[in-house]
Amino acid sequence: MSALRQRLLPYGLLGPGLIWLVLFFVVPMYFMGELSLKTGSLQTGYQLTWEWSNYTEAISDYATQFGRAFWYAGVATVLCLLIGYPLAYAIAFKGGRWKNLMLFAVIAPFFTTYLIRTIAWKTILDDGSPVVSVLKFLQIVPEDGRVLATSAAVIAGLTYNFLPFMVLPLYASLERLDQRFIEASKDLYANTRQTFLRVTLPLTAPGIIAGVLLTFIPASGDYVNSTFLGSSNQAMIGNVIQSKYLVVNDYPEAAALSFTLLAIILVALLLYIKFAGSEALMGDEEETA
Amino acid sequence: MKAWSWLKNNGVMIFAILALFYMLLPIAIIGLFSFNDPAGRYNYEWVGFTTEYWQNPFAVEDLTDSLLVSIRLAFFTSIGATFLGTLIAIALVRYQFFGRKAANLLIVIPMATPEVVIGASLLSMFLVYGVELGFTTLLIAHIMFSISFVVIVVRSRLIGFDRRLEEASADLGATPLTTFRKVTLPLIAPGVASAAMLSFALSIDDFVISNFNSGAEVTFPLYIFGANQRGIPVEVNVIATMLFAVTVIAMVAVIIQQRRAEKMAERRADEASKPAVSLPI
Repeated sequence: MSALRQRLLPYGLLGPGLIWLVLFFVVPMYFMGELSLKTGSLQTGYQLTWEWSNYTEAISDYATQFGRAFWYAGVATVLCLLIGYPLAYAIAFKGGRWKNLMLFAVIAPFFTTYLIRTIAWKTILDDGSPVVSVLKFLQIVPEDGRVLATSAAVIAGLTYNFLPFMVLPLYASLERLDQRFIEASKDLYANTRQTFLRVTLPLTAPGIIAGVLLTFIPASGDYVNSTFLGSSNQAMIGNVIQSKYLVVNDYPEAAALSFTLLAIILVALLLYIKFAGSEALMGDEEETA
Repeated sequence: MKAWSWLKNNGVMIFAILALFYMLLPIAIIGLFSFNDPAGRYNYEWVGFTTEYWQNPFAVEDLTDSLLVSIRLAFFTSIGATFLGTLIAIALVRYQFFGRKAANLLIVIPMATPEVVIGASLLSMFLVYGVELGFTTLLIAHIMFSISFVVIVVRSRLIGFDRRLEEASADLGATPLTTFRKVTLPLIAPGVASAAMLSFALSIDDFVISNFNSGAEVTFPLYIFGANQRGIPVEVNVIATMLFAVTVIAMVAVIIQQRRAEKMAERRADEASKPAVSLPI
């Protein structure tokens, strides 16, 4: 094989897939950006008029839904971390012969359709359900209150649906943790709590970062949970984008909203990476070299 | 005092079991309500036990059609994404070349983009060009979002790969293509297979991106979304439970098969390890 051919080979391998990603991921972003600066309607057609007011209007009209999306996603992410860390810890260190079965239970929800899982929560939190009766008995929910169509229901749904995305990276980083560090810490007379806070937690930070990103980003754009478990009072920005694109057909403003969502997430991502390091995003870059 | 130390030792495990119970509860509910005999159109409250819907799970024609569309879509997505993604993974692991970082970035960013934005941007492009939405646009979108996941799965398999096996093949006079076919491909086959299964699963489960780019085509998740207003038929629960069971059985079969293969390999390695250099695979 000639040297030139050898040098061109990687591009030949990459080519088809990367072209696909450019054509159907990068280029569409350009068209969405352009659409967000147009005026017009479905009947009259759209002209590019550099209509920046699409953005200012979109943001001021739907600030509530933006705020709600990030608030719900944030709470759900924190809950996922609080539930997911002990769970991943137990699987990695206490699982023993049950380890594989426990891991299997974590990914089992993926084997049923996302929508059906969410609808199952509608059954669980339905007004007459046993769960709600217990909550009423404990006075957590007032006698005439309901759980469905509240923020709590939407956050519960988000937490449930994105929990595996938190547990799996946490488990991976706990599993890789070198046990000798923990032994060393104990040899140096650290108690359990000190060992956890000063050894285990810092060493599993990459897993936490990956888990937080994998939970927060999809949760903030989600509209399935608020559609099924909430009401219009729980509408998130995803609901607005969906209805503007697919129901109202107000494309320019919908595009402006999607672009704003993407921009906020990218900025948050960059800030987060700046503080937390970039390994989480780029994965095992070093190992591949 | 004794109880306290027991709790301290096992507290994490008890918490984990409760958390797993929480994760599995909706699946149990889906299965349970496939035997429900709802009074009205809505299947949210338990009324009575019946096996009626299990006897004829494909009675709702629209539902069955949507399931077939989803399976067909997932099949083609899996082939397309696995092919494109595997080639990218090989290039990234095997070669140093200009633009590597950019290529890596292009693969990671779609996974860090909210689905609603991916769906919306693709729809924007299709609108501008007046592309008619349907099976083709769905296939384009599904292959697009599956590629990144395929790359990651196959790449992790390639990283732990012993290059000397390929060198040996070349030394024995095999052409690069023969080496790829007879050595490389069989060794990375498990990774490629799991990538194919993953992209199949991602495709069959996708709702958000499909919601934007389906046109008049109805996939299984889209059918459920549409049926939500008028009441979701019990058959949806039956089919969901069947899909769950099939996946679990397939996974268990794969695991048993792998264990058996590993044991065989170990035994063979034991016998061969005495004189020669063993190759850790």
